[in-house]
Amino acid sequence: MNDFIASFQNNFIDDNRYMYLVEGLGVTLLVTLFAALIGIALGFIVAIIRSTYDKTGKLKFLNVICNIYLTVVRGTPAMVQLLIMYYVIFGSSNMDKVVVAILSFGINSGAYVAEIVRSGIMSIDGGQLEAGRSLGFSYARTMWYIIMPQAFKNILPALANEFIVLLKETSICGYIGLMDLTRGGDIIRSRTYEAFMPLIAVALIYLALVMVMSHFVKLLERRLRSSER
Amino acid sequence: MSDNSLFHIENLCKSFGSGLVLDHISTDIERGEVVVIIGPSGSGKSTFLRSLNLLEMPTDGKIYYEGQNITDKHMNIDKYRQKIGMVFQHFNLFPHMTILKNMTLAPIKLRGLSEKEATELAMGYLNRVGLADKANTYPSQLSGGQKQRIAIVRALCMDPDVLLFDEPTSALDPEMVGEVLEVMKDLAENGMTMLIVTHEMGFAKEVASRVMFIDEGKILEENTPNELFDNPQSERLQAFLAKIL
Repeated sequence: MNDFIASFQNNFIDDNRYMYLVEGLGVTLLVTLFAALIGIALGFIVAIIRSTYDKTGKLKFLNVICNIYLTVVRGTPAMVQLLIMYYVIFGSSNMDKVVVAILSFGINSGAYVAEIVRSGIMSIDGGQLEAGRSLGFSYARTMWYIIMPQAFKNILPALANEFIVLLKETSICGYIGLMDLTRGGDIIRSRTYEAFMPLIAVALIYLALVMVMSHFVKLLERRLRSSER
Repeated sequence: MSDNSLFHIENLCKSFGSGLVLDHISTDIERGEVVVIIGPSGSGKSTFLRSLNLLEMPTDGKIYYEGQNITDKHMNIDKYRQKIGMVFQHFNLFPHMTILKNMTLAPIKLRGLSEKEATELAMGYLNRVGLADKANTYPSQLSGGQKQRIAIVRALCMDPDVLLFDEPTSALDPEMVGEVLEVMKDLAENGMTMLIVTHEMGFAKEVASRVMFIDEGKILEENTPNELFDNPQSERLQAFLAKIL
């Protein structure tokens, strides 16, 4: 027990080492939050373009661009994308690493969100679109008032899962020298030469975050479902 | 074309791939008419109905609505559809909205009614079909017959010139068919122009001002119900009636 306390003291208290975790956590949350926002925006735009093309044959050119985007992003590892973004695309500029990570993960997440949203749109019965159109709503307004709210409810679990994956995926930020949560724990390890304490602490923090997210999704799902009965 | 003409249809054609579903259909529909469209399945009767509000785009021919060619590229289809109510076989109520919201969404967003006006309008119709107590429930809580009655009054809230019914009772349990037909009969008696694709021959006889028999994409015969049912001219109509009556 005394060993445990001494180890804890050494890893977290001495030299205020816990601050590596606190600051790292802040970066991880910042990157995840803004990457998720970009992912949602990109994903919805791509999904709407693709399903509009599927249903009406319009937006052919944009659909081709979306397909290329999906193929490239889903066909290469997120880490390679992050490295390319940092060393190639922003290689010669002094762009903040946090911004690079947000952009990289946002673009990556957008591709997965797009396919989730598209599956949600496709899951809505075609009669809903026809009913909206026959009342006189334009295609866009039918999507907004009638299709999207139903699609969103259907995809919520998949969407939440995507953001849980995103949160954990940001742990590769260290490869471009960004001090995220994982990197913070690793730095402590390199200072104290002890792996157990800092790495387990990092794992527990991720776990707690994911559990909190899952809990809120469950609440939201229950709320959305209750509106139907 | 008389002044009372609502639709004037000229050589309407629709093909899916290489199959011709509507084969040069020409007819007129006047205000206040109740036209029942019958025919075997796959005859093109639903496609004909759906092309009147452009849910199916005609491949050839013209549809004039109050003298205006609606197949014209410059036609504002959304504006036009506001005047053409449609009732579907599978109701197509919006499951994420209450009954009241189902009915008031389009009048508020498209006709510019205030929430209060739209609610009063909707409640009036709900009273008329005996479902006022369902205003704040969701579609999943209703029976098929109730859903279809809601679908009808939802269309009415847009104050349409004409109502299109695409097999409105085909998805219903037999004991619920009557309540829906009752609402439709009430509308017909109040002068609503209606085009109805249905297999309810009794209803056609009783309510229709004209019955249209469509087969293989053509109007083979159209006449008053008495004439058409009692004195069918074409062999195919005779065969069709012999099978279903």
